[in-house]
Amino acid sequence: MKGKTKTGLNFSSGIVEMVHGSGGRAMSQLVDELFISAFDNPYLSQKNDQASFDLPAGRVVMATDSHVVSPLFFPGGDIGSLAIHGTVNDICMSGAKPYFLSAGFILEEGYPLKSLKRIVDSMALAAGEAGVTIVTGDTKVVERGNGDGVFISTTGVGVIPTGLDIAGSNVKPGDKIILSGSIGDHGVAVMSQRENLTFETTLLSDSQSLNDLVDVMVTAVPEIKCMRDPTRGGLGTTLNEIAQQSGVGIQFDEMQIPISAQVASACEFLGLDPLYIANEGKLVAFCAPEHSDQLLAVMRAHPKGWEASIIGEAVVDDHRFVQMKTAFGGSRVVDWLSGEQLPRIC
Amino acid sequence: MKYVDEFRDGDIAQQLIGKISAEMVVGREYRLMEFCGGHTHAIYRYGIPDLLPDAIRLIHGPGCPVCVLPMSRIDMAIELAVAHRVILCSYGDMLRVPGSTTSLLKSKAEGADIRMVYSVMDALTIAEENPDQQVVFFAIGFETTTPPTAIAIQQANKAKLRNFSVFCNHVLTPAAIIGILDLPEVRTEDSLKIDGIIGPAHVSAVIGSDPYNFVAQQYKIPVVISGFEPLDVLQSILMLVRQLNEHRVEVENEFTRAVTADGNLKAQALVQETLELRQEFEWRGLGFMPDSGLQIREAYCEFDTEKRFNLSNRRAKENKACECPAIIRGVKAPEECKLFGTLCTPDNPIGACMVSSEGACAAHYSYGRARVLPPTNECSS
Repeated sequence: MKGKTKTGLNFSSGIVEMVHGSGGRAMSQLVDELFISAFDNPYLSQKNDQASFDLPAGRVVMATDSHVVSPLFFPGGDIGSLAIHGTVNDICMSGAKPYFLSAGFILEEGYPLKSLKRIVDSMALAAGEAGVTIVTGDTKVVERGNGDGVFISTTGVGVIPTGLDIAGSNVKPGDKIILSGSIGDHGVAVMSQRENLTFETTLLSDSQSLNDLVDVMVTAVPEIKCMRDPTRGGLGTTLNEIAQQSGVGIQFDEMQIPISAQVASACEFLGLDPLYIANEGKLVAFCAPEHSDQLLAVMRAHPKGWEASIIGEAVVDDHRFVQMKTAFGGSRVVDWLSGEQLPRIC
Repeated sequence: MKYVDEFRDGDIAQQLIGKISAEMVVGREYRLMEFCGGHTHAIYRYGIPDLLPDAIRLIHGPGCPVCVLPMSRIDMAIELAVAHRVILCSYGDMLRVPGSTTSLLKSKAEGADIRMVYSVMDALTIAEENPDQQVVFFAIGFETTTPPTAIAIQQANKAKLRNFSVFCNHVLTPAAIIGILDLPEVRTEDSLKIDGIIGPAHVSAVIGSDPYNFVAQQYKIPVVISGFEPLDVLQSILMLVRQLNEHRVEVENEFTRAVTADGNLKAQALVQETLELRQEFEWRGLGFMPDSGLQIREAYCEFDTEKRFNLSNRRAKENKACECPAIIRGVKAPEECKLFGTLCTPDNPIGACMVSSEGACAAHYSYGRARVLPPTNECSS
């Protein structure tokens, strides 16, 4: 059988086969030699169909995220690390500390085991960095041509520390908006690798877990009203979501949005608006004006928030428009993203 | 960003606004048509309407190739992909434009092989990689996108690519300007009057500024060839206002960094070699106009999709409530259309002007609609 030797899986030239998803011995071998070996924790090693665990006291948060990025490896990350960061960030945007993750894999027949191992090792590393444990999982294999290498779905649970109330509907007129850093890095880094669009850039995706940044933020300012990570649809879409949920307008200043010269240039020649490009390691936070300076200070003191900036504020507006003062001196509506700027970036 | 930021400087913008304001003659309105959708997009994106004196009225022109393409041509493209089962290569904006019954994007979802390309060269590559399939490039655009199409036809000819052809929908800017200026609404009635035209610099980088001399001479309207950066637009408005105040009627070139009177002779020769004038071409909003579009010359007819697949022109029924035709003519503003912002939005476009980001309705909806809705907001700062 290809992809397998008597002693173990062939991670140098083996490939994913249909039997790896069949529930039989081959699948068991894949689980043992790849997943359990990489994720290495007592919950997974018990090999039950589920994981049981205790959680600290507090309100439990659950989030799920499916990842279909193309290409699977991009500058600054891969689908494995992204699958951890995406779910960890969804959990911690509530102020919660993330603890446990599940991982579901849909593998395409013929996919190289060597590449799969790279992805799984990257997941293990990202989970370790974020302090979360992958405690249960699932593997399915689809026939060649019916997938795109690897799809990964992760679900996570976390616990909100007592005293926090962070939600998209909490924002009031006058609240300040803080952005944690530069926008568009992930989307442009992924796009630079597209087959029909390859261009050279040293830009890396910003894909990273934000739970350590969130931890210092909620410790310093537990009164934070709302946090969200502007992933698909970018900052523009995220601000519209929050304006809609909270029933406010939003006004922000283009001059306060950090953006790298590489992202700005790529967007310029491709005709894209960086406000709608995906990020995978940034957040926006809303807080009362009296807390904004303190929150900004703790964010800037953290390596994942050194570029943080107060970009604007919520205003009274029945239309719930998001409006931007342009660097040029005018103002314009920043609408919801319509259509698709870039397919399959996360 | 070098060579870009310099043309988006807010301080210089304020100086230009000051100069424009100082030029305003009390009681006079300056009605300026920005011909090109690229200008419409830039004007809204940078918030220029907020900066200008009220006496400056910008009228959006028909210079969006997606918006002016009649529904019948979209139906023909869909027919190519669905009935003739070609690989249809199209620029992204065209995919969402509604035809009579469906769009290219919906046809793609239903199984047609429709591919978004960034350049006609991508379509050539697809043809080389799929020798057993017919590959059609859905060519649209004004003079700016025409030379690349011409090069692709020549390259296909040289490489003897028998499975590649071009569905040619290229149109001409000067013809569209004549079409607008000859409209009864412009010339005889009082519903629209154009005092000056902001001309597109990228078109003139190819054709030069001389082809606009007829506008100044025959229609007595000044033209300024303008770049697409926001400072270019403001500078061009200032130049037009000054011409009007000084009763001058000239073609002036604001975009001297790339436009000359003659344009790019090499590009013109390439186009001349492969393409020729059509007797007439249909424009959405303007109807059939003579000498306003291009077709592939007989010498290259094997690369002409219309001939290869024996396509015939047809009539398509527009949605009667859609005011795209009047908006393209500059007779109505987007918010005067009953469908604007209600049934017709960028997510669910009914008219072509709502599809392309260069369309007047899309630009107005996405960037400018806070200006036309009654204010309810009060900045808390």
